[in-house]
Amino acid sequence: MTAAPVTARGSAADFHEAWEELLHGQGMAMHPRTLRRIAASTSGLLHRARDETPFDPALAEEAAAVLVNAQFTDPQLLAEAVELLQTQLVPDERGPDICQPALAGAFAAGWAAALRDRTLRDQESIRVAADSARREAEQALHASEARFRALFENAAIGIGVGDVEGNILAANRALLEMFGARLEDLQGRKVNDLVHPEDSPDVWGAYDELIGGRRECFQCDKPYYRGDGEVVWTHLTVSLIRDEDGSPCYQVAMLEDITDRYRLQERLRHQATHDPLTGLPNRAAFFEHLEELFDKAGPHTRFGLCYVDLDGFKVVNDSLGHDSGDQLLVEVAARLKAALTPMGHLVARLGGDEFVVLLEDSGGEHEAVAVARTVLTALDDPVLIGGHRLAVGASIGVLERPVATTTPDAAVRAADLTLYRAKEAGRGRWTLFDAQSNARAVSRYTVSVRMPVALERGEFFIDYQPLRSLADGSLVAVEALVRWRHPLLGVLGPDEFIATAEDTGLILPLGRWVLEQACAQAAGWVHRFGSAAPQLNVNITAHQARNRGLVIDVDRVLQATGLDPALLQLEITESTAVGPQDESLGVLQELVELGLSLSVDDFGTGWSNLAYLRDLPVSALKLSGSFVGDLNESEQPTEAECVGWRIVSGMVSLAHTLGLTLTAEGVETEAAADRLRMLGCDWGQGWHFGRPVQPDQIDRLIAAAHIV
Amino acid sequence: MRRQNWTPGWIDLDTPNAARMYDYYLGGSHNFAADRETARKAIALWPELPMIMRANRAFLRRSVHYLAGEGITRFLDIGSGIPTLGPVHEVAREVHPEARVVYVDRDPVAVAHSRLLIEDDPQSQVVEADLTDPGDLLSQPEVQELLRPGDPVGVLLVAVLHFVTDAQDPHKIVAVLRDALPPGSALVLCHAALEGRPDQAGPHQEIYSRTATPLTMRTQEQITAFFDGFELVEPGVVWLPQWRPDSQRSVGSHPERMTGLVGVGRRP
Repeated sequence: MTAAPVTARGSAADFHEAWEELLHGQGMAMHPRTLRRIAASTSGLLHRARDETPFDPALAEEAAAVLVNAQFTDPQLLAEAVELLQTQLVPDERGPDICQPALAGAFAAGWAAALRDRTLRDQESIRVAADSARREAEQALHASEARFRALFENAAIGIGVGDVEGNILAANRALLEMFGARLEDLQGRKVNDLVHPEDSPDVWGAYDELIGGRRECFQCDKPYYRGDGEVVWTHLTVSLIRDEDGSPCYQVAMLEDITDRYRLQERLRHQATHDPLTGLPNRAAFFEHLEELFDKAGPHTRFGLCYVDLDGFKVVNDSLGHDSGDQLLVEVAARLKAALTPMGHLVARLGGDEFVVLLEDSGGEHEAVAVARTVLTALDDPVLIGGHRLAVGASIGVLERPVATTTPDAAVRAADLTLYRAKEAGRGRWTLFDAQSNARAVSRYTVSVRMPVALERGEFFIDYQPLRSLADGSLVAVEALVRWRHPLLGVLGPDEFIATAEDTGLILPLGRWVLEQACAQAAGWVHRFGSAAPQLNVNITAHQARNRGLVIDVDRVLQATGLDPALLQLEITESTAVGPQDESLGVLQELVELGLSLSVDDFGTGWSNLAYLRDLPVSALKLSGSFVGDLNESEQPTEAECVGWRIVSGMVSLAHTLGLTLTAEGVETEAAADRLRMLGCDWGQGWHFGRPVQPDQIDRLIAAAHIV
Repeated sequence: MRRQNWTPGWIDLDTPNAARMYDYYLGGSHNFAADRETARKAIALWPELPMIMRANRAFLRRSVHYLAGEGITRFLDIGSGIPTLGPVHEVAREVHPEARVVYVDRDPVAVAHSRLLIEDDPQSQVVEADLTDPGDLLSQPEVQELLRPGDPVGVLLVAVLHFVTDAQDPHKIVAVLRDALPPGSALVLCHAALEGRPDQAGPHQEIYSRTATPLTMRTQEQITAFFDGFELVEPGVVWLPQWRPDSQRSVGSHPERMTGLVGVGRRP
């Protein structure tokens, strides 16, 4: 047995090497030195276990525990270790059949026990860690919950929470105070219970969409009834809260008390929409109402307007003072309101002494007329003011139409224009809207609004109408006639816009433009045709004639164009020249001094004192077309026609007596021309001699005469 | 001072977690049923995973040991998980008994566990922070204290950057960390690479896609780019076992099968 220790030692080295190799696979995470230390200590323990007598499992168990604690926990390692123990550790004299299984078994048991301990320890520690993390999370959650709770409770804004069935679940203090309610009063109630008649129409639609998950939030101003029955106005924001799957689960409402702001707004709105004197809705409110009516109207809805203007109100104001005028207006307003409001009609004051009555859903013209009659009746009785009994009359423009045929603005304008027809027709009456007369008035209106722009945009142009000598038919003059190519109304003649230009003062720039254009044109004819060029006639209005700037303008234009002043004749109307004291006389005088001539246009229509002809520096008369146009060339002239021709004959004598050239306007037929020639009339103008045409056609006329 | 969290999360032990799966791969029992179940599935598909994790752990040890030998005494281990097997402070202290370590993880359980581990160690700290918010991570007082100007710091991003998605811009994150480091500091990186086991990359990422920490394996080029602004230490970016091995034998014949590309860079 001497060899035994040698064998044992030799096999011990082999075992140690195999053992270290076995550990190496799993031990790579360790420093090689550490691994070697563990391998050495465990293989040493196992050797001692083999040699221990009697066999003690403790050493094998300890070796197993060292490994497990060094995280050699792979079951595969155990299998390999047991195999190695059984094959490599050579048995001693106690015999292999007993020892090796005992050693391997002890090692395996020790491994299992150590692994069990370790697993329990690991599990314990990770469990403790998880609990600790969970506790911290809970604390954080509690803290966060407490913060949110405090935020909810103490927020200055009212906050309420409900479920998507509409049950109110929670409300904070600010909300309870706002509603003057206790939590118990609200809990269990439905959000839908909180309706108010003044809710804006969209609120509940938006609410349904929200709880149905079709919108995320909405905002509006909404009134609520407080517990004490008062109303609180709120600015409301409602948001939808969804759960993790995105299904709607809560609604959160935030409410801000805006009652004070709302009341102030209402007061300001009332001030803005009501006439402070009479308390009636004002112009703005009336239009708002009317526009709303138009917005809501169906295709066949009719409406009516009575545009009321007091007759002679200015007299009351001027003679009795504004206080009395105001009292009168207050009384009128009260009477109209008393008479018409019960019928469901809106009465508004548009300004001054103008009132309007609006009939919604009118049944026809007769209803509007009935309202007009009611207005007049209401004002029948005199008004007692400061001891005066004042008879109040009114004129009324009545308009009754389907909504679809007009617009709010057009309707009010039409009613206003109709009112003026009522005034013109004599006061104290109503007049019904008439489409034709309205169209005329409207075009006047359209014209004045558009005209300033029209001049800038070059919408005006000039036609020229020939004046011919009745004696030989030669072209002696052309009259410049301004035209307006209106973008909507088409080409307008001077009759349709000169009066408006005169009223608005636009006649001055327009007149200047006409002079410049026409004189340049006439100068061009002189340049091209010499003495065959016709005289140029240009109309000037009363407004122009009163303006001293005209002289400067004419002078400047003559200078600029080089037109011989003798070829320029300015036509004035009788009304322009009325009265020697008129300042226009001086202007006319100065014009003549420039070397041009003047004629009186439309002569014979003014019923004026012929004496003015004595003072005026005129050199021609243009007999109004109404004289000639009325004279038919019938075989058997009527008595009236004979008188007419005698008047013309008298005019000729008058003109020639004064040394004036007489032009007959409105000459439409050959016969009329012949008759006028026989009567000794000098020149003629009218369709018979040529219509107003573009300058290039005048070119042709001149050229033709030249050849002849 | 911990951050005030207005909407704290809940601790969910029913969702598998990378830190605890890692512990399971390494033979630990710091894990729960859900972690084990998923880890077992992963191992069934890829039996070498436990060995890869040990290789990863071995690299961590070797790199920390190397840096400690280079004189670095301060370490920032980001994504430290449950560091039971050879934690950084133990390795570092074999060289520098006074070495300081700050462990960072975003998983509250891992953080709580690490706190238990180092309870009595005044030189180690644990911080709950998320690598994907590097600004917040760097603003933690323990981290600020560790990174204060002076001694260089070893920053460990070992097996953590592949849990940052491309959308979270990991290169930017590393650049932010880099710019906060004192001169001479080191970056230790281990990242799952697509080239190691192309056959495994797909299914493995698929398994992790169902965890709280989805995995994004990257190319060698992308991984090397993390060292922008660093000077790579020999042998550069290599497979896990190849980096300064304990012995030639431990490299094995197929180091690429360990799938992790690793490297250590020094800030000039």
